[in-house]
Amino acid sequence: MYILIAGGGKIGRTCATRLVARGQEVTVIEQDPARYAILEEELEHVAQYGDATEIHVLERCGIRRADLVVAVTGDDEDNAIVCQVARERYGIGKVIARVNDPRNQEAFDLLGIAPTVSPTTSVMALIEHELPEHELVSLLLLRREGLEIAEVQIAPASPAAGRAVRDINLPAGVRLISVMSGGEAEIAVGDTVLEPGDKVLAILKPGLEDLLRETLLGARTVRR
Amino acid sequence: MHALVIGCGRVGSAVAQRLAAEGWSVAVVDEAAEAFGRLDEGFPGQTFQGHALDQDVMRAAGVEAADACVVATNGDNTNLLVAQIVDRKFGVPYVVVRVLDPVRAAFYTSLGLNVVCPTAGAIDSLAGAVLARSEAVSG
Repeated sequence: MYILIAGGGKIGRTCATRLVARGQEVTVIEQDPARYAILEEELEHVAQYGDATEIHVLERCGIRRADLVVAVTGDDEDNAIVCQVARERYGIGKVIARVNDPRNQEAFDLLGIAPTVSPTTSVMALIEHELPEHELVSLLLLRREGLEIAEVQIAPASPAAGRAVRDINLPAGVRLISVMSGGEAEIAVGDTVLEPGDKVLAILKPGLEDLLRETLLGARTVRR
Repeated sequence: MHALVIGCGRVGSAVAQRLAAEGWSVAVVDEAAEAFGRLDEGFPGQTFQGHALDQDVMRAAGVEAADACVVATNGDNTNLLVAQIVDRKFGVPYVVVRVLDPVRAAFYTSLGLNVVCPTAGAIDSLAGAVLARSEAVSG
């Protein structure tokens, strides 16, 4: 397996080092001379100098025989173009892109670049998950399936509190998976009653978060 | 007719003024407010400071009602990404994009984008000038 990594910052360098340690064939491309010098000292010929969005650089680094292209530079436009060129010019079936600014996610989606990884979004979701009082947190986006798993915490004043799942009029495109109550999780069935403090996992189509929130928690409250 | 011009450098500012002089309504978008200093004092169009990947900025500049969009920031990859979004998401009927790297320009032309590559033009002119001169001397 030959893996081409665009961007030799913390992510690119660490991935390359670990893959090399596992015996994989890797090239990591870096355009900043100072960063490249550090990379080259550590990884020798695995590090290549150049702009990974330039086609002659990609070809020098053997993109034609790459099995996987990973774009993890600090620049979203560069990451998008590297992946698009890899896929559409060289027919690379597997690309992975880093999205630095979550607002650019839609641009990657529009170009059909998947999977993407957004450290900011992931960290934010984990932080929200840890907040003692959270309403709805998106835990996992199943991009290929076009589905998302979210957690909702039932509050005492929530319209769903004290009601059984079968009595809750869930919007189309939303199903409840499980209910965590007092540290124990149960699969959500028709009889399952939602109590204040329960954490409910739901599977839903992305975009229905507000409807789900409204159904279980009522109109959005202002957090102080 | 409404046109968006993305990037207010030497090229973008001049394109914006040319279109405005021909009677177009023009909105210019640039990340740096000082870039708008390249526009003449009496420039009749509007200016919007912000990034062209920021959809709020693009909507404010009227992308949804635009008849054409010229993408000419100083970054090839930014231009290529913005041009594809303006085309695919906002459905602007005519999008033309400046790409300096001739190789990327040729590739994205093959994908169906309307690409203008000034570098390719410069190569033709420079090489052509030398060859024409040598023909004239030897011929």
